[in-house]
Amino acid sequence: MREITSKAITKAVAELAIKANCILPDDVYGCFKKALEAEPSSVGKDVLGQLMENADIARKETMPICQDTGLAVVFVELGQEVHISGGDFEAAIHEGVRRGYVDGYLRKSAVAEPLFERKNTKDNTPAIIHIRIVPGDALRLRLAPKGAGSENKGVLKMLVPADGIEGMKKVVIEAVKAAGPNSCPPMVVGVGIGGNMEIACLCAKRACARDIESKNSDPRYAALEEELLGLVNKTGIGPAGLGGKTTAIKVNVEWYPTHIACLPVAVNINCNAARHAEVIL
Amino acid sequence: MSQPKRITAPFDDATARSLRAGDSVLVTGTIIAARDAAHKRLVETLQRGEKLPVDLKGAVVYYVGPTPAKPGQPIGSAGPTTSGRMDAYTPTLLGQGLKGMIGKGYRKPEVVEAMKKYGVPYLAAVGGVGALIARSIKKYTVLAYEELGPEAVAAMEVVDFPAIVVIDSKGNDYYTQGQAPYQEI
Repeated sequence: MREITSKAITKAVAELAIKANCILPDDVYGCFKKALEAEPSSVGKDVLGQLMENADIARKETMPICQDTGLAVVFVELGQEVHISGGDFEAAIHEGVRRGYVDGYLRKSAVAEPLFERKNTKDNTPAIIHIRIVPGDALRLRLAPKGAGSENKGVLKMLVPADGIEGMKKVVIEAVKAAGPNSCPPMVVGVGIGGNMEIACLCAKRACARDIESKNSDPRYAALEEELLGLVNKTGIGPAGLGGKTTAIKVNVEWYPTHIACLPVAVNINCNAARHAEVIL
Repeated sequence: MSQPKRITAPFDDATARSLRAGDSVLVTGTIIAARDAAHKRLVETLQRGEKLPVDLKGAVVYYVGPTPAKPGQPIGSAGPTTSGRMDAYTPTLLGQGLKGMIGKGYRKPEVVEAMKKYGVPYLAAVGGVGALIARSIKKYTVLAYEELGPEAVAAMEVVDFPAIVVIDSKGNDYYTQGQAPYQEI
């Protein structure tokens, strides 16, 4: 049994919130650089150059990469040998988000209730928390701020087995086309396949927040990621939707076993500010 | 890219109508920040027959909700938000004399029709470059709805604010034109 204090969790989450919002991951930056060389559109090249310059300023000045610092999505892998002491675990995460967003001059974009009053909570809480209990005595926290321009273009289709691989591809392409410039391309496309309604969406979200350099561990799905990226980049949407061949920098696929009668497909789109930061306590 | 045109905000009628889809521009002057909640309130104010808290004649609205300014800075990150969410309110505000819009993303056909009617262009700033855009914003002054925080209506003094005309006052659409040569599926 290993003890981790709620105080340590709050501190770690606050740091992750600032880091994730101000420092674009190196692999995303690297993709912009590569795309800038390959992009045939001059307007597209200009946009990619601006994205790199923006990331440089944000890193240097600890300034948010994008003004939509999102809802804070926190993926937790909690080792089953860990004992959390000193307070409520989820409250510690929310408090970390509150501190990070307030102290880090990040935007507070959370409303307390969605339909009637929509009153801003003024500290960006609550966080969206996904917890997995795993073997071991470590606590892994991954914070991925998610803006609404891309989140609003998410799609869930409850396909049936007869729709097959072609049906799945169609869902992805249609989602990307509908998102267009609204989702701030070049995007990262997260695709969740299988499970049931909520698991397909969660797979898509996890796919969205995965490292750009990562591949699905199943070679068939890794090949599908490559194929889907090729297709997405034939839509012509391009950087900022102004035309070009860099509509996405990556398509990530995650899947889960499903029912004999189901083929759920979820698409969660991330914008060019494909932000995430991680720490292991 | 073509050499950017330097233009001044607020827009006069001639400036608004002179812009063409695909033009790169640098905007200097005063633009008005307003987004979702502010648009809802502005339109509700008009529906009640009351006067707006800001004069929209010639105004250029920027759909933005900036991050808080650090001490000594005028503003935090301040890139464009998705314009389509304002579509339901836009024709009403164009009727009040609004002469330009800056945001990102597609607009509904009824918005484009209203733009043609009133001779108004729609410009896009690059989504995701909020830290870069902030450098062209020199002053941020809240004009109304301060309690909305990042959604307050504010005047922004800008110098060489970079944008591209995506839909002009004749309804020409640069998203369609720019994407067409690269669209294979």
